[in-house]
Amino acid sequence: MSGQALRAPGGHDLTGTGVLYRLALRRDRIALPVWVYIGTAMVASTVFSFRTLYADEASRRTFAAGIDGNGSLRALYGPVFDGSTTGGLTAWRMGVFGAVLAALMSTLLVVRHTRAEEEDGRLELVGAGAVGRRAPLTAALAAALTANAALAALVTAALLAAGQGAAGSLAFGLALGTAGLFFAALAAVAAQLAETARAANGLAGAAVGAAFVLRAIGDAGTGASWISWLSPIGWSEQVRAFADDRWWVLLLPLAGAALLTALARTLVARRDLGAGLLPQRPGPAAAPPALASAAALARRLQRGPLLGWALALAAAGAVFGGVAKGVVDLIGDNRQMAEVLARMGGQQGVLDAYLSSIATVFGMVAAVYAVQAVLRMRAEEVSGRAEPVLAGAVSRLRWAAGHLLFPLLGTALLLAAAGLTAGLAEGLALGHGTGTAVGRMLGAALVQLPAVWLTAAVALAGYALLPHLAAAGWTGFGVFVLVAWLGPILRLPQGVLDLSPFSHLPHLPGGRLDAAPLLWITALTALTTAAALAGLRRRDLG
Amino acid sequence: MTTAISVSGLVKTFGRTRALDGLDLTVEQGEVHGFLGPNGSGKSTTIRVLLGLLRADSGTAVLLGGDPWRDAVPLHRRLAYVPGDVTLWRNLSGGEAIDLLGRLRGGLDPARRAALLERFELDPTKKGRTYSKGNRQKVALVAAFASDVDLLILDEPTSGLDPLMEEVFRDCVTEARDRGATVLLSSHILSEVEALCDRVSIIRAGRTVETGTLADLRHLTRTSIDAELAGPPPRPDYVHDLAVDGHRLRCQVDTDRLGELLTALNAVGLRTLTSRPPTLEELFLRHYEGDGGATEPSAAAVVR
Repeated sequence: MSGQALRAPGGHDLTGTGVLYRLALRRDRIALPVWVYIGTAMVASTVFSFRTLYADEASRRTFAAGIDGNGSLRALYGPVFDGSTTGGLTAWRMGVFGAVLAALMSTLLVVRHTRAEEEDGRLELVGAGAVGRRAPLTAALAAALTANAALAALVTAALLAAGQGAAGSLAFGLALGTAGLFFAALAAVAAQLAETARAANGLAGAAVGAAFVLRAIGDAGTGASWISWLSPIGWSEQVRAFADDRWWVLLLPLAGAALLTALARTLVARRDLGAGLLPQRPGPAAAPPALASAAALARRLQRGPLLGWALALAAAGAVFGGVAKGVVDLIGDNRQMAEVLARMGGQQGVLDAYLSSIATVFGMVAAVYAVQAVLRMRAEEVSGRAEPVLAGAVSRLRWAAGHLLFPLLGTALLLAAAGLTAGLAEGLALGHGTGTAVGRMLGAALVQLPAVWLTAAVALAGYALLPHLAAAGWTGFGVFVLVAWLGPILRLPQGVLDLSPFSHLPHLPGGRLDAAPLLWITALTALTTAAALAGLRRRDLG
Repeated sequence: MTTAISVSGLVKTFGRTRALDGLDLTVEQGEVHGFLGPNGSGKSTTIRVLLGLLRADSGTAVLLGGDPWRDAVPLHRRLAYVPGDVTLWRNLSGGEAIDLLGRLRGGLDPARRAALLERFELDPTKKGRTYSKGNRQKVALVAAFASDVDLLILDEPTSGLDPLMEEVFRDCVTEARDRGATVLLSSHILSEVEALCDRVSIIRAGRTVETGTLADLRHLTRTSIDAELAGPPPRPDYVHDLAVDGHRLRCQVDTDRLGELLTALNAVGLRTLTSRPPTLEELFLRHYEGDGGATEPSAAAVVR
């Protein structure tokens, strides 16, 4: 990518924005609706479940008081501004996470249509047409505006449908949408600084993470609540939907988005196409001696993502373990909630039920990783990078084995990391022996492994046997997780629940450790893997 | 064993498309063999069958005395492959990719690697994602030419190279042949094929339409004649593209009727005569335009 700047005659630097905007929406016609749907569905399911679980005002007030007395819960979700209404509780429960979701949707979208396009060289093709210098950036931001407006409208509609107040519903929808818009503009700046899409997503993701942490510190209730005001996610909370409906706070993210957009527009005009403003480091001129096999290449490609997942799961373990006490106190007197938890996994006692349900969540998250690690093979094949490797003295089985080590052992590492930190945090928070707590949580997390492996094996079979269907790898995961997660809430019949290997796992801690399901799920994994590999050996590649 | 590649009656279908339709290809050991055909004619499909990536529906293929599907791993130790569109790992440097690709087939010659980097003017410290198309191509070429292999399979290897680098590439192919290696060179660039290849095979729609040395092929085709005569030129019915302008005659004649035409021209009286053997380009075009209709639209565009 050489350094010709995107030049257009003065005053026409927005030419072509409309075409690029429609192109962006067309390319994202699946992804954006899915993001918006997930955001809306999360809010809708929260408001509906709160309506059933805390039907009267007294129970809502008790619940809210419990949250306010618990620093770790406030750090995770923020404070409750008005616990008397279902809308207020929903705003508490979904405010921070909804804003994070809108932020990630927006940053990924903007980087996808700016820096990623530029890195792949497609923008060069577009830039050579009658397209203004600022058109691609403007089109990406316009697409982000569309997505966030849709999210705000649908979230508002979902809350209205659940019978919540109109002003509060609108305030909450706009609080999420404006947070998304702010981070879209921030990603536009990141896309100018970094030379690669990955680095731009990293910068924008770090900003979202920093915003989350800043408001967590402020909300934890150590007397420094002003820190929340430094965070755009904090602004989203401070709109106080269903409590005060402070509309003026919405101006903060909007003003921030305007400033960042102006900055990005200045930067895009000052740099060459393809160049970033942050320097790019050169790599080594020769490979280290160890990089000498297909397995070594697979390790090199997969180790970074594995490390990232392990850190994220360890952090999630610490958070979920740390809030164990608060959850137990909260749920203690709500029979219905305890019942849902018990159906999801818990056996005896609210604490065991809670810990068991988070172990299931760890298992499902590890399954996402496993499917993604399996599908790295598909990415290598589709991009043509597998071809020169397999034109070397490398058999397909060896090539596949190098990659499959990650869904096999990487998942064990992830679950161990999550179990370790969850047990440690829970032990410290509840003040009983950390050694026992760690042992219990490690076991509860690791017992998920056979189901995670089977999910990975089904993904492998999809990739190996139906190579032309990109979605084949994810179908098994979708069925397994939807059934195991939503099945108990929707009270699906046992026959349907049995479809998911996660439904067959022993409920640890607290439940009986029954080895039989672990063994047959593992055996099924081995059979599926063998069939998939036999298919991979026989089929056309590339 | 004197035949490096021997393919006969190869058939490969993808759904309803018949990519290879009884293709034949013979490459002798130690020769540089040109593999010509328009886009979509089955060149890359043939190569991927030879690499054991695709399994042929019928027909036989023998590569260096082995079965390309069954013996893929041992055979791949003896060959190097350069795809037409090289994609690299984003976070590996060019140097790392070269070493990795070389080691996967059993190692490469460090001295030759260094010399090739110099000749191709390639910076090995850049990351895969930052290379231009031509530079990605160079990464694969350096990895291939730095290996001591019996067979080089090059699938349109010079796409994206500038003319200076194209020259370096030609030198490298010649040196590889001088080392005793066999080269299968699939290409669109006819001057490259004319300069490098001992023999060529021309394929069309998955079938071999012509194979032999350039001299053999020329023999089968037409010579261009441009003559100035003493009187009005004759108009024989066996010539093609006849153009008469006063006493000047231009036409093309099938090689086996060349003597006959010269006798006829001589009878009128020859003042000047220019005859030009057919270029590979004309030969190529004749195969793709000649028997009209089925020619893909891209065929004419690829001939430069």
